[in-house]
Amino acid sequence: MSTVAETQIKLTPEHDARPGATVRSRLQDLLPKIVLAPSFAATIVFVYGFILWTIYLSFTNSKTFPSYDITGARAYQRLWRWTFESDPPSSWYTSITNMGIFGALYILICLALGLFLAILLDQKIRGEGVLRPIYLYPMALSFIVTGVAWKWFLDPGLGLEQTLHQWGWTSFHFDWIKNKDFVIYTVVIAGVWQASGFIMAMFLAGLRGIDGEIMKAAQIDGASTFQLYRRIVIPMLRPVFLSAFIVLAHLAIKSYDLVVALTSGGPGGSAWLPSNFMYEFTFKRNEMAVGSASAVIMLMTLTAIIVPYLYSELREKQR
Amino acid sequence: MSAVTSPARPASSGMSARTINRIVIYGLLALFAIFYLMPLFVMLVTSFKTMDEIQNGNMLALPQSPTIEPWFKAWGETCVGLTCAGIKGYFWNSIKMVVPAVLISTLLGALNGYVLTKWRFRGHTLVFAMMLFACFIPFQSVLLPMATILGSLGRFGATLQNATGFNFGLGNSTVNLVFVHVVYGLGFTTLFFRNYYEAFPTELVKAAQVDGASFFQIFRRIMLPNSMPIFVVTVIYQFTNIWNDFLFASAYAGTGDVMPMTVALNNVVNTSTGVVEYNVNMAAAMIAALPTLIVYVVAGRYFVRGLMAGAVKG
Repeated sequence: MSTVAETQIKLTPEHDARPGATVRSRLQDLLPKIVLAPSFAATIVFVYGFILWTIYLSFTNSKTFPSYDITGARAYQRLWRWTFESDPPSSWYTSITNMGIFGALYILICLALGLFLAILLDQKIRGEGVLRPIYLYPMALSFIVTGVAWKWFLDPGLGLEQTLHQWGWTSFHFDWIKNKDFVIYTVVIAGVWQASGFIMAMFLAGLRGIDGEIMKAAQIDGASTFQLYRRIVIPMLRPVFLSAFIVLAHLAIKSYDLVVALTSGGPGGSAWLPSNFMYEFTFKRNEMAVGSASAVIMLMTLTAIIVPYLYSELREKQR
Repeated sequence: MSAVTSPARPASSGMSARTINRIVIYGLLALFAIFYLMPLFVMLVTSFKTMDEIQNGNMLALPQSPTIEPWFKAWGETCVGLTCAGIKGYFWNSIKMVVPAVLISTLLGALNGYVLTKWRFRGHTLVFAMMLFACFIPFQSVLLPMATILGSLGRFGATLQNATGFNFGLGNSTVNLVFVHVVYGLGFTTLFFRNYYEAFPTELVKAAQVDGASFFQIFRRIMLPNSMPIFVVTVIYQFTNIWNDFLFASAYAGTGDVMPMTVALNNVVNTSTGVVEYNVNMAAAMIAALPTLIVYVVAGRYFVRGLMAGAVKG
């Protein structure tokens, strides 16, 4: 009787003598699977089935309405061509360039800031209980609210620029949110504001899990605080770095709402990410096949990051 | 690092390196606290200012003559698109969507977690892995098929309506969104409960089984009474996610009276007709943010735990 599952297998034949009981106990044995079935079926149909459907659509010439005649990889060829159309930039070129800028800066700054704040907070700080929730609360807000707040804060006529002008710094100039070359950086600012506190919490939990004895030993050996962190603490936080990276990469690729709320897409769509590209092409520009192809590319990118991670996590658990 | 600057060290006189160190640390921490609080502060003070004060005053200044008027206007009068009846209707739309979606997805997650840990069968890891991966897909890759299916169901509902006088909820945006959020929330709720029940002693379940307790009896009498913490975590996580969702909401309930709060707020802010009333916009944003903020303030510990559980998988 090592597992519950084995018990079932052993029990079933014993009940065979009584036909009435057999049906009942069979049902009892099947019950767990019956309970799980709807959820699993829903996942199969609405996740995996729908993904296949989207892939199928990307190989048709669907415009406003889905068409189901396979017409080849035209949508992908167009995306491929647009990938190199930098002058004037195609919407796709803008979207993937922005994804690169936003993804890299968002992940790097969140990691750096999160780690920095966690280390600061771990210095026996009085009032840590007050500071921690302050750093973390943006995570409870929706991207739409975050976007609205930062849109106001960064608006040249109303926000930061205006305020500093009133305080006498009249040469201060900050209009990134209206500038097509810089608008993506405002998305980075708002995104970092929202997520870095959470990354801080992850690192803090990691730091608290490190054995104090190791640090004491290093200190006795004459390691400076800086050396201690560089050589001992940060290397020990590797698993946290990985988890944080996965969380951030996943959030970055999915980012959609923030661009909409903060910039409404930016001047001429200059703040688009692939998620915005997909939405606009599918629902506004009647290019369903191209929209689907871009969704497939997003999915592939995310899969390449997530699947190895999940695989190793689940395997580790089993051992 | 707490061990390094241990208080046991003898205090030196005057401004020692240690004191300066502490000042720098506290200064930095305070600076970052300001960075995180600033947007909320600006949003809050602006929502209590008159338009006159906003145009002529300083963004960071406290309201000279605080007025609650913008909040009332946001709640009951402001224009969302062409309808000018405030955001209250959309707020209720969100409530009507979020409550059933959270309850259903949490309960299903609990049952799934129970099966996947205590009633294991061949291939349970694969089933779990497939459900888990579903949490991470960019929803753009299922957006369009779901829109097509919901559209067909809506037409079918209209036919039913004509035939029987009742559409059984088909074509109703709230029902649609509840369905979508349950389906795409299942992965996370299952993950939470699976990990929690994994640590739950299987011996108890086995003993109950030997005593003749059925599948559901064990769930109700043994698992559920011991699941309070994870229920709180899951409910908070799902509530925050579903309340804050914008993509599904704008794709499946993006126009008219059926919009949830997030879509309505985006429309309020981007309405270009007439004078832009920033104070009303900010009040509307605050109203949209309040439910999740309150949850965060009241149950922050569980909120963080949920985020962590969602981040550290397996």
